[in-house]
Amino acid sequence: MSILVNKDSRVVVQGLTGKEGMFHAEQMIAYGTKVVAGVTPGKAGQEVLGVPIFNTVAEAVAQTGADVSLVFVPAAFAADAACEASDAGVKLVVVITEHIPALDMVKAKAYLNARGTLMVGPNCPGVITPGECKLGIMPAYIHQRGSVGVVSRSGTLTYEVVHQISEAGLGQSTCIGIGGDPIIGLNFVQLLEMFRDDEGTEAVCLIGEIGGDVEEKAAAVVAASYPKPVFGFVAGLTAPPGKRMGHAGAIISGSKGRAQDKLAAMEAAGITVVRALGEFGATVAAQLK
Amino acid sequence: MNVHEYQAKEMLGLFGVPVPAGGLAETPEEAKSVAEKLDAATFVVKAQIHAGGRGKGGGIKVCQSAEEVARAADEILGMHLVTHQTGPEGKLVRKVYVEAATDIARELYLAVVLDRGAERLAVMASPDGGMDIEEVAEATPERIFSTRIDPGQPLWDFQARQLLFGCGLDAGQVRQGTGLMQGLVKLAQDKDATLVEINPLAVTGEGQLVALDAKINFDDSALRRNPDVAALKDPTETDPLELTATDLGLNYIRLDGNVGTMVNGAGLAMATMDVVNMAGAKPANFLDVGGGADEEMITKGFEIILDDPNVEAILINIFGGILRCDVLAAGVVGAAQKIDLQVPLVVRLEGTNVEEGKRILNESDIDFEVAGSMSEAASKVAAVVGGVS
Repeated sequence: MSILVNKDSRVVVQGLTGKEGMFHAEQMIAYGTKVVAGVTPGKAGQEVLGVPIFNTVAEAVAQTGADVSLVFVPAAFAADAACEASDAGVKLVVVITEHIPALDMVKAKAYLNARGTLMVGPNCPGVITPGECKLGIMPAYIHQRGSVGVVSRSGTLTYEVVHQISEAGLGQSTCIGIGGDPIIGLNFVQLLEMFRDDEGTEAVCLIGEIGGDVEEKAAAVVAASYPKPVFGFVAGLTAPPGKRMGHAGAIISGSKGRAQDKLAAMEAAGITVVRALGEFGATVAAQLK
Repeated sequence: MNVHEYQAKEMLGLFGVPVPAGGLAETPEEAKSVAEKLDAATFVVKAQIHAGGRGKGGGIKVCQSAEEVARAADEILGMHLVTHQTGPEGKLVRKVYVEAATDIARELYLAVVLDRGAERLAVMASPDGGMDIEEVAEATPERIFSTRIDPGQPLWDFQARQLLFGCGLDAGQVRQGTGLMQGLVKLAQDKDATLVEINPLAVTGEGQLVALDAKINFDDSALRRNPDVAALKDPTETDPLELTATDLGLNYIRLDGNVGTMVNGAGLAMATMDVVNMAGAKPANFLDVGGGADEEMITKGFEIILDDPNVEAILINIFGGILRCDVLAAGVVGAAQKIDLQVPLVVRLEGTNVEEGKRILNESDIDFEVAGSMSEAASKVAAVVGGVS
């Protein structure tokens, strides 16, 4: 069991013919992911990596039954690509692209919400259900099938944690990098709820960082009642002050974004907090084994 | 991206927001000449640096004559202005803004901000302007009013009215304030600003609304489609090494320690700084080489780290995803060949193409220590610089 994606997910890659898109699509296919279509406007009829290319996502969905999209297109066109996927009826859009203007994402998110399309990202490594579906740029070999759910705000930090969990002899149900941009799709709270309802997930790891208040919100969900063990880490405990968001941003969110506050909220909620990142995997293993 | 007050006010003017008459000066003579052209009896001379709290640090002076303006400008220009946002070394003042003083009856707070939680722009107003809005939020949160703007919608008049009547303005002022607020929102929407803050917004003795100070943050990701905004960047406001890094697409922040770090991904870079600190050493920098780094960028990143004379050792921590370990390794080898690497290097590689990356490093003639994990990397580098490991 898993959340979001599994062995039956049929993936359309938007931007498959680009350099990064092709490199990572090839790795996804090698992993066993069902990449059924690519979309690049103007390149319909080609075949790349054995995958048919379409001009529009609508055509790709109609011809191949794709139900999940992965967006690799450049920043200036990425919000449009996410909306196109939503319009075509895919259930989940994962946006890898970074540097998308925030106000583009404000509009795209509203478009997706109105159509009930789920989004992960942007500016994220993607989603993987080990052994079933790799949807993104994460290195495959560090993952192992298992029952630990991992949610993280940072790409490479997710890899670090996953690697440690695997080294400690455990595996993952699904791993999601939610992305570090101001406006993102699925957040800690929704993913915690999905993991709670997933029979294949025994425990959840929340990997946060300074800024914003999603860690505090996640802690509130766990504090209210959560039936599975939750482990937490927050990067930036020793980051120098002065790099946080503007005053008004902090006030509107009701949080100062400090690592100390986030860790305190997690601890108060009964989350097992790991302060030294190097000990994350061992801590999870010690409690679950 | 931040801009100076004078640039922010110019931008506000373009969107119909009233600001005091004023002009920029880089010398006392220029300041005097600006003052002489202003139709005013009292003037304000304001240091132009990217930091708040300038008044408390002596960077804002009220003057009664053009001569006095020249003297004030002489004092302020060239000073290292220290405020709670500059750090103890302060910031060199290169420009002052000379304005006609405003007859202030009362001061309000107004801001448009990207509200991450609500996933849209929000407008905030408070009758308690002129003070630190964080203190207002802490002590009297009921005195901050806010409303959200739905994507694709304007700020409707009624929304502005709710906020402005809430601040206790009269009907005439509310009418003025509605147009002013809509100007701020349009600025944010058209120019991709994630924060437009007016603190204070003055109500003058005659009942007119005027923006006395302005702070704007623009979205770095949208600068390409806003070339007029990108042109406002002041390179002297940024550390020269940080500037070089930005031009290369690297995210570098200089710190005061002696362990240079090169990491991919902001989160892992912060976590690496954390473990270096926990191992008893101090990072010299934050350097996120990002996902799209190529050999040239990594070579330059290396050079930037080594440009800092405090660096006594370098820790490279790469978990390859979109950035492949072989690309990183080739960059490190290329850089080491170009520059005479004098400081010890600790490398921890994991992720996409890790075996190829390790092979490239091992076959090169550079001298480095390999670490198998983050904790090991941190304690090795701490041991090298004499920290407690």
